[in-house]
Amino acid sequence: MHFGLTDEQKLIVETTRSFVENELYPHEAEVERTGHLRREVIEEVKAKAIAAGLYAANIPEEYGGAGLDTLTWLLYEKELGRANYALHWTCVARPSNILCAGTPEQREKYLAPCVRGETWDCLAMTEPGAGSDLRGMKASARQDGTDWVLNGTKHFISHADIAGFVIAFMASGEEETPRGRKKRITAFFVDRDTPGLTIREGYRNVSHRGYTNSIIEFDDVRLPAEQVLGEPHKGFEVANDWLGATRLQVGATCLGRAERAFAHAVEWAATRTQFGQPIGRFQGVGFKLADMAVEMKAAELMILEAGWKFDQGTVTDADMAAAKLKATEMLAMVADEAIQIHGGMGLMDELPLERIWRDARVERIWEGTSEIQRHIISRALLRPFGA
Amino acid sequence: MKVLVPVKRVIDYNVKVRVRADGSGVDLANVKMSMNPFDEIAVEEAIRLKEAGKAGEVVAVSIGIRQAQETLRTALAMGADRAILVVAAEDVHQDIEPLAVAKILAAVAREEQPGLILCGKQAIDNDMNATAQMTAALLGWAQATFASEIVVDGDQATVTREVDGGLQVVRVGLPAVISVDLRLNEPRYASLPNIMKAKKKPLEEKTPADYGVDVSPRLEVLRTTEPPSRKAGVMAKSVDELVDMLKSAGVV
Ligand SMILES: Cc1cc2nc3c(=O)[nH]c(=O)nc-3n(C[C@H](O)[C@H](O)[C@H](O)COP(=O)(O)OP(=O)(O)OC[C@H]3O[C@@H](n4cnc5c(N)ncnc54)[C@H](O)[C@@H]3O)c2cc1C
Ligand SMILES: Cc1cc2nc3c(=O)[nH]c(=O)nc-3n(C[C@H](O)[C@H](O)[C@H](O)COP(=O)(O)OP(=O)(O)OC[C@H]3O[C@@H](n4cnc5c(N)ncnc54)[C@H](O)[C@@H]3O)c2cc1C
Repeated sequence: MHFGLTDEQKLIVETTRSFVENELYPHEAEVERTGHLRREVIEEVKAKAIAAGLYAANIPEEYGGAGLDTLTWLLYEKELGRANYALHWTCVARPSNILCAGTPEQREKYLAPCVRGETWDCLAMTEPGAGSDLRGMKASARQDGTDWVLNGTKHFISHADIAGFVIAFMASGEEETPRGRKKRITAFFVDRDTPGLTIREGYRNVSHRGYTNSIIEFDDVRLPAEQVLGEPHKGFEVANDWLGATRLQVGATCLGRAERAFAHAVEWAATRTQFGQPIGRFQGVGFKLADMAVEMKAAELMILEAGWKFDQGTVTDADMAAAKLKATEMLAMVADEAIQIHGGMGLMDELPLERIWRDARVERIWEGTSEIQRHIISRALLRPFGA
Repeated sequence: MKVLVPVKRVIDYNVKVRVRADGSGVDLANVKMSMNPFDEIAVEEAIRLKEAGKAGEVVAVSIGIRQAQETLRTALAMGADRAILVVAAEDVHQDIEPLAVAKILAAVAREEQPGLILCGKQAIDNDMNATAQMTAALLGWAQATFASEIVVDGDQATVTREVDGGLQVVRVGLPAVISVDLRLNEPRYASLPNIMKAKKKPLEEKTPADYGVDVSPRLEVLRTTEPPSRKAGVMAKSVDELVDMLKSAGVV
């Protein structure tokens, strides 16, 4: 067993870290205060990210990315995760891996411009009536000759405001399974300007300023058969094959942000004096630091191990669920305690702590809530007993 | 033309430096080490010369402990073509003195025959500012230090030097040793594709004995201490009071 990084991985971490610190941090204050990421900032930082080969680094080399393996990709995600989410998601985009699942024509039309930084993708699954229980979705696709006709509403769709197209998951019928009737799901590429498609402003949310989610309405959206991603009725299979690691991606970004908050907390505990001594000397504060350090280490090991197993082809759903659960809950704890250690100053936007604390909240909800991750882990434990 | 760029592995400039408990030096165990920032500027300049068609090959060389290999990988990832690692120490706390470094560099230069040696003006760990000058002297080459602009033209280079009170422009015949200053350029990021390629670039390992150089120290460090901590200031209530204070302190 070997826990060290290769020279190559160390360099990738270093380059990504200095890019984040030198090119993203300087724009954070503006994005946090205005809640908006200006187009000029996007274009400027994106050009630098492309020059440094950091853009779309998750995508295989044959499609124009840097072709990082999953473990190295997660190390890079960890560094990007230190910064404001809107900044890193938009200016150092990692197009969804699911774009690689398309036909050569679809890859040319949808993946290639994302890799070149000309547009962004978005994924629409969630509906007002179907969140954790995605199979319960109502938005539908029905076949009409060789065409498909889409109807329904999706909400909470991240990045739809800037995306050039939507990858939409729609209920395309029902089938009998040993566990009862189940909806069949089909995935589609839907161009932004397709007649019948409306993307409107979503809700304002507490986490990740500068980024928004949208509501998408499908009103008799007619698509030719070549817009299907994967095979008809196999939408979840495509998603399972290509989106598994996005839970690890969420977890990895949490590691970076926790480290950033923690560095502030340690420095503050070592330098802030009350009652005649650095507050870190009070066991009440010092032990918080110790617990934070232990949680961070545990979460990091779980994320990296799951990433390593992903590359070996041995990762399980429960491995990824456990790693995502641990990393997101760790960040919540570390962000909260970092603020506590700072006292009143922790709440002020002079420091990045109040926003790391706000931003931490969504991580336990999207890409599967903490309860759903626990459900996955517990089912894996009990299933062998038939329970 | 070949460009030789010496790079040193030093304590990262962001690290809070701590003196070892026994005063024998700075604590380097388990601290982040990086390429000397001035050397990064030298590597960048060499790569730019290559991109401009003025240099054919960029060779990075590092002298120190085996882990200096990481620093050379950084240079390769930035765009250097190959690297030479001279393993001259076992212990990270053993610094190789400028004269020994210069002797090794001179020997490497005799072997490699570069048209230009581009180095940082000083290493940020001990701030010696001596290697470039000594190397030029040992080789009998021209030298230009503290460069803020370098124009290579045929067999000569025009170098703008940052000197006290302004800029000085000198012309040197090649081969020459040029040491670079902070404002020469802004080093690029080692790009991800180049990091991947760097793995395949040659890195040759040598020892001082290969060059017949004795690296045993000629200087003795007596003591290393923290700089005195700054004393708390005094608030002056008015300009007059401030002037009085400065007068009584004998500074105006
Ligand atoms: C900011 C933001 C951005 C998003 N971006 C996207 C996007 O781009 N695309 C997209 O498709 N979706 C997106 N989502 C949706 C996200 O994936 C869902 O919010 C998430 O899956 C939870 O669904 P829900 O909000 O409907 O909550 P619900 O599923 O209604 O859950 C409510 C509560 O019930 C619990 N619960 C549900 N089922 C169980 C169970 N079986 N056992 C125990 N507890 C259970 C949940 O854990 C939760 O605590 C986004 C959400 C947010 C907040
Ligand atoms: C929004 C807001 C409004 C406020 N309004 C007012 C106001 O109107 N008037 C006013 O006078 N003040 C006000 N305050 C100040 C508030 O009362 C202080 O923030 C609070 O008492 C904590 O002090 P501190 O922020 O300096 O943190 P510190 O005292 O520096 O504490 C930092 C950390 O060290 C810990 N710590 C300190 N001493 C010990 C110890 N002996 N043992 C263990 N742990 C210790 C603390 O619990 C905390 O975790 C306000 C603060 C805020 C955030």
